[in-house]
Amino acid sequence: MTTQYLVLSGLLFAIGALGVLIRRNAIVVFMCVELMLNACNLAFVTFSRQVGNLEGQIIAFFVMVVAAAEVVVGLAIIVTIFRTRRSASVDDANLLKY
Amino acid sequence: MGETITFWVLAVVSVGAALGMVFNRKAVYSALMLGTVMLCLAVLYAVQDAPFLAAVQIIVYTGAIMMLFLFVLMLVGVDSSDSFVETIRGQRVWAVLAGVGFATLIILAVGNAVFAPEVGLTQATAQGGYIRSIALQLFTKYVFAFEITSALLITAALGAMVLAHRERVTDKPTQKDLSRARFLGDRPSPLPGPGTYARNNAIDMPALLPDGTAAESSVNRYIARYDVEHGHLPEDPKLAEAIKHTVEHDEAPTEAEKSAESNEVTK
Amino acid sequence: MESEIAQITQHTGGVIGSAWLMIAFPLLGAFILLVFNRFTNRWGHLLGVAMSLASFVVAVLAFFELIGFGEGERRRAVELYSFIPNMNIDMGLLIDPLSISFALLITGVGSLIHIYSIGYMSHDEHRRRFFAYLNLFVAAMLLLVLADNYVGLFIGWEGVGLASYLLIGFWQFKPSAAVAAKKAFVVNRVGDFGLLVGMFVIFTTYNTLSFAELKPIVEENGTTLAIGLLLLLGACGKSAQLPLQSWLLDAMEGPTPVSALIHAATMVTAGVYLVVRSGAYFFPEGSGAALAVAIVGAATLLAGAIIGCAKDDIKKGLAGSTMSQIGYMMLGAGLGPAGYAFAIGHLITHGFFKADLFLGAGSVMHGMNDEVDMRKYGGLAKYMKVTFATFFIGYLAIIGFPLLSGYFTKEGIIEAAMEHNQVLGWLAVLGAGITGFYMSRMVFMTFFGKKRWVEGAHPHESPLVMTLPLMILSVGALFLGGYLVMGGTLYTFLRPAVGGDPTPPVFHFASVPGAVTLALVAIGAAYAWMKYGRAEVPAVQPRGSFLTTFARRDLYGDALNESLFMRPGQWLTRIAVFFDNRGVDGLVNGLAAGIGGSSGRLRRLQTGFARTYALSIFIGAALLTGALLLVGTI
Repeated sequence: MTTQYLVLSGLLFAIGALGVLIRRNAIVVFMCVELMLNACNLAFVTFSRQVGNLEGQIIAFFVMVVAAAEVVVGLAIIVTIFRTRRSASVDDANLLKY
Repeated sequence: MGETITFWVLAVVSVGAALGMVFNRKAVYSALMLGTVMLCLAVLYAVQDAPFLAAVQIIVYTGAIMMLFLFVLMLVGVDSSDSFVETIRGQRVWAVLAGVGFATLIILAVGNAVFAPEVGLTQATAQGGYIRSIALQLFTKYVFAFEITSALLITAALGAMVLAHRERVTDKPTQKDLSRARFLGDRPSPLPGPGTYARNNAIDMPALLPDGTAAESSVNRYIARYDVEHGHLPEDPKLAEAIKHTVEHDEAPTEAEKSAESNEVTK
Repeated sequence: MESEIAQITQHTGGVIGSAWLMIAFPLLGAFILLVFNRFTNRWGHLLGVAMSLASFVVAVLAFFELIGFGEGERRRAVELYSFIPNMNIDMGLLIDPLSISFALLITGVGSLIHIYSIGYMSHDEHRRRFFAYLNLFVAAMLLLVLADNYVGLFIGWEGVGLASYLLIGFWQFKPSAAVAAKKAFVVNRVGDFGLLVGMFVIFTTYNTLSFAELKPIVEENGTTLAIGLLLLLGACGKSAQLPLQSWLLDAMEGPTPVSALIHAATMVTAGVYLVVRSGAYFFPEGSGAALAVAIVGAATLLAGAIIGCAKDDIKKGLAGSTMSQIGYMMLGAGLGPAGYAFAIGHLITHGFFKADLFLGAGSVMHGMNDEVDMRKYGGLAKYMKVTFATFFIGYLAIIGFPLLSGYFTKEGIIEAAMEHNQVLGWLAVLGAGITGFYMSRMVFMTFFGKKRWVEGAHPHESPLVMTLPLMILSVGALFLGGYLVMGGTLYTFLRPAVGGDPTPPVFHFASVPGAVTLALVAIGAAYAWMKYGRAEVPAVQPRGSFLTTFARRDLYGDALNESLFMRPGQWLTRIAVFFDNRGVDGLVNGLAAGIGGSSGRLRRLQTGFARTYALSIFIGAALLTGALLLVGTI
């Protein structure tokens, strides 16, 4: 079963990445990032069972904690940007360029 | 066997939901799709001898994080749907190429790998059971990491407060100021509530003014639009006309109205 | 060999032991005048004269102490200090008959010219600076002749070059003076280069630069010939000999006392000193190097004389004459010990009569509002009696009028040349004839004939402070030659320093070359009388024949230098500049522009779109994954 779980994890990760690349709504982009993190967690849990080691689950747990913190800050940033620029599009925040 | 069936069902659902999340124009739907994926993953965790993680996944991700997403979506404007016209040249082609290529690579790599039979967690959780083993790991080997995450969470909370906080640059308007602003504006009185003084006591029915005419401003324009789109118009032609008029008026909002609307949303 | 020079004896004490004072006095004078500049304006010239006179007194005392020694002990070396210890070069002074002769000439004539300058420069607001430079020159020149090694000589050599540069360009507000100073400096550098390389070769060959440690050579070999030719190049630069003669005529832009002291009496004779001093070591009698010296001398004496014939500028005429007379000295210096005495003798007498002539010319200019064009003189004998008399004595001396100074020394050189090489001898005779012509032309155009003055000219006799040196110098021009040559006085005196047979050569009053010389001089003078004395002198320079133009243009020396060195040099510079601009700068600027341009394009990659960056990150990650897989597969 390990192979199947890992392929699923890879597929979800690729879909998440695709979403990051083609969506412009910052919140959706953020969701896609969360999807990628979840895909990683799945791989961790799968490997944890595969090798008989709890540490994979511990790492997945920490990933969730960090993801929670990241979401809090990231969404706060999105709100701030939206408040000043009236837009949640990641393409609109492009002043830092050549 | 049970696991296999569970896996295949959930795998199909989660991939479909993930694709739906990416390709749905409305952010709210995307969020719901993400929630679906997360629930599927929670079940998969549980199937894979990780019931603790499954619980955490549901509580933290589906419960807290997804709620946060939805909350922010409400703040930013739930009704807005994204345009799917790509503005950066080549971005979509390359993104699809890279995504498909990456997935292919992962599938190739994982498919080619030969795994030994799963060890399972029986050995690892032999001492005192599953939860106790996790607690042992967390509070002995990973105790510093665990403590540091607390610092991280506090910092994140502080950061979010600082970022979201807005400094007041003008004095708080007094009652006198508000009153004056109201009387200088278009309408000194509050908006009329819908359905009042009328036969229909529903929020999509315009109120009737004392002279018998329908008060267009009494119906929320979203509700009015819903009614028009779904054919829920009242039989009374006068009221139906008022609702349609509200929608027509709403469909071509001026720039000033737009900004006023987003102001409303932010507030 | 009989002609070997005497050993050098170490000396302490006495006046000779304090000979450094000779150099120290004028150096101190220059120092005070330059450092305390305008505070010394009122008495600076007096200090300069005093310092020069003090130096002269020391030189005279040292001279008398020196002749107190026996003939074989008259080369006294005085150690001063260790100059370059790790190369074993010590600084010291060498007081011997040769150097003391020069020291006496330099300080004696130098003092007279200092005194003269008080009057000549009285109207110049920078007179104090002038005296500072003169003192500096005297100090450097004394170091040149008194140093007991080539390094000291070289320092003095460069010192006089510097003083010469400063004094030629003394009136630097005149562009012509500034250019002339620069030209003198540059041309002298060519000669200095020869001297310097010569010194290098001497040091690498003999491991010493001290006169005391060098051994006289018997046989000439390739190395000594090379050294000799290199030293000759140095001598040519300093003494304005062919082919480095071009600077001397332009050097007349300096004040007249400078022309008299530096560019007639002393500095330009440094080349002769160098050849004579090195004679025993690198220019033995009959060697190729000595022959080269003689040929250069003969060529220059004719070239100078020809140039002198065509110049209307009185100072330039005298400058051509100086070239010519130094040519005689070089000719003498190239004849071995027999010629040295006459060369040095001619050098000393020339120092007197040429200084006399230059100062006389200066006196004329002083009375004629600094007019130098002889075509605007004429009939001045009546108005400047003392100047005329002294100038005339100098004139008679230089053309070799019998029994005057120049007669003895020049005839001596001609006679010695005849014994060595008939061709050189007859060339010298011819030169003497031309001298008779151009000097007579100068005298007739200046002091005789009709007045051709410009309006507003009021010729008057110069003050005593100027005429007194003239008188003293003309006395020297009258009798010095006879005293030095008759009975071989100078020959015997110099023999310990330069070598030579014990018996001095006998001076023949009646000889064929002598007679021919006198005849040619007479013809030249008569021709000059016909053309410039009796006939009217046109106030404007006539076009003249090809030969005249040739002489007026300094024998096309400048044109030759220009086409041979200046133009190719400029082309070289232009090519280098072009290469620098297009090649080096082009490379550097092109590189910078290329980097700048490509950066300008590269920065377009920074679109500001986070999604673009994310895409590149993701593509990179995918590529890395692929690479890892490939590596794992292989």
